[in-house]
Amino acid sequence: MRQRFLGKDPMVFDARVQVQMPSAAEDQMQVPVHVSAPGLTDVVDVLVFADLNPLPKILRYQPTSAAPDIGFRFKVEQSTPVRAAMRTRDGVWHVGGAWLRASGGGCTAPSVGTGQGLWQDRLGEISARLWPQQPGLERLRLRMIHPMDTGLAAGIPVFHIDRIDMRASDGRLLASLQTYEPVSENPVISVDLQHSGPVRIDAHDIQGNRFAATVTP
Amino acid sequence: MKRRFGIGAAVLVAASSMAVAQAANDYRLGAQAVAEGVYVFSGRNEHFTRDNGGNIVNTGFIVGTDAVIVIDTGPSLQYGEQQRKAIAAITRVPVRQVYVTHQHPDHYLGDAAYADASIAALSATISAIQTQGNALADNLYRLVGGWMAGTQSQSPTSTAQPGAVEIGGRKLRLIGTAGHTAGDLMVYDEASRTLFVGDLVFHDRAPTTPNADLLQWLNALDQIRQIDFKVLVPGHGAVVRDASAIEQTRDYLQWLSTSLHTAAEQGRDMVEVMNQPLPDRFQKLAVHDEEYRRSVSHLYPAIELTTLPRR
Repeated sequence: MRQRFLGKDPMVFDARVQVQMPSAAEDQMQVPVHVSAPGLTDVVDVLVFADLNPLPKILRYQPTSAAPDIGFRFKVEQSTPVRAAMRTRDGVWHVGGAWLRASGGGCTAPSVGTGQGLWQDRLGEISARLWPQQPGLERLRLRMIHPMDTGLAAGIPVFHIDRIDMRASDGRLLASLQTYEPVSENPVISVDLQHSGPVRIDAHDIQGNRFAATVTP
Repeated sequence: MKRRFGIGAAVLVAASSMAVAQAANDYRLGAQAVAEGVYVFSGRNEHFTRDNGGNIVNTGFIVGTDAVIVIDTGPSLQYGEQQRKAIAAITRVPVRQVYVTHQHPDHYLGDAAYADASIAALSATISAIQTQGNALADNLYRLVGGWMAGTQSQSPTSTAQPGAVEIGGRKLRLIGTAGHTAGDLMVYDEASRTLFVGDLVFHDRAPTTPNADLLQWLNALDQIRQIDFKVLVPGHGAVVRDASAIEQTRDYLQWLSTSLHTAAEQGRDMVEVMNQPLPDRFQKLAVHDEEYRRSVSHLYPAIELTTLPRR
């Protein structure tokens, strides 16, 4: 995992990097995770992966003007460690994680919407809201309609959102998120932006479909 | 000679391990009389484990003149068989009718022990068992292991029609409602004023919500409050003779609904909601930590969507 994801960069296990989630998956298609790093500053890159998932890489997050905290849900195939690696400005990866118990079937099962056809009519629809926390800090929660197909379910090709950028109204990048196959269908994301005021969301999927919306507090 | 000894030892080992398996799979069901001709088998206030074999549920039976009515058959074929034996130890009257209160696997997977009886459930329950039953049974195999040997989900044989019915001289009232699941059947015995409420009421154990509609469930509790019962048999937890278990269930569900809606309005992420501590008064409920987190998984996704306007 280290070689594959962190390369030759220096790495330390760091208790400040927290991966919070239930110890057992109630719904293998929608395991909630909240990653944070209280006390760790200057985080420029966040990588979240599940060692034993058939597709381990879940997401990558660059909190340019944001806390290194992100909430999301993902699909799990079997019991696995879930880890967050956070690279600080000095080039060191700080790694934390937790164990998740699960009994099988999240990644290789078809998405719910693939059966219902929901996404065919409403692909990329964005629902979102901003919650000002304190001056200069606001929480963004967003949900997009997308099947997020892993390509592992028989007969259903891979099809997922791969990038969600969050910008100030002047175009300045606040945070950038790359989502991979394991992120749950119709993703719900929570981030804490160091920003006050409207946020523009620009996203696209691996087939080049573009989705955009503006959220005002 | 040596070889023969080897085979003998192998047979011996196999025989003794079978004996151990059989002894371990004894649910030790003892019927408790709760009213004239009305009995309950009480399960433990726990989660499914390999120790309890899934016996975390209350089931019961009502003895009529020429028919016994069974309410729920437990989590496995072996439970159903042992339940039937325990009933036969109390009465020689045969079991003619089984009622399944709802679709959850701990309540009906013993049905196969009653192949010669009529097995009835609400139509919503039957269709849920037909679509989800096998998956639920598989999951229970994973949780409790060998206790499930031979168990298969099977569909009830007839649809329960809410209303009055007389079986073996016992006047019963079947009450169809919903909330814990899409179909929740209650069985009321007129003579003893005993009410089998299924999982609409939990007692000193946190309610489960995988198929719940909280608003419907709270309405069903109002309906239960109007019933003139003397004995109330909850789906999980000790039998009661007053409304305390109903109120406890209502208190928990109302708190759950309010706190999830409040958290969503505050922009909380699902894991943050799971990490919220429960109020002191719910700390005494068995398995409250696990069930609360499970409930957040079940209910929060729909609730949070109501706070995220479309852009």
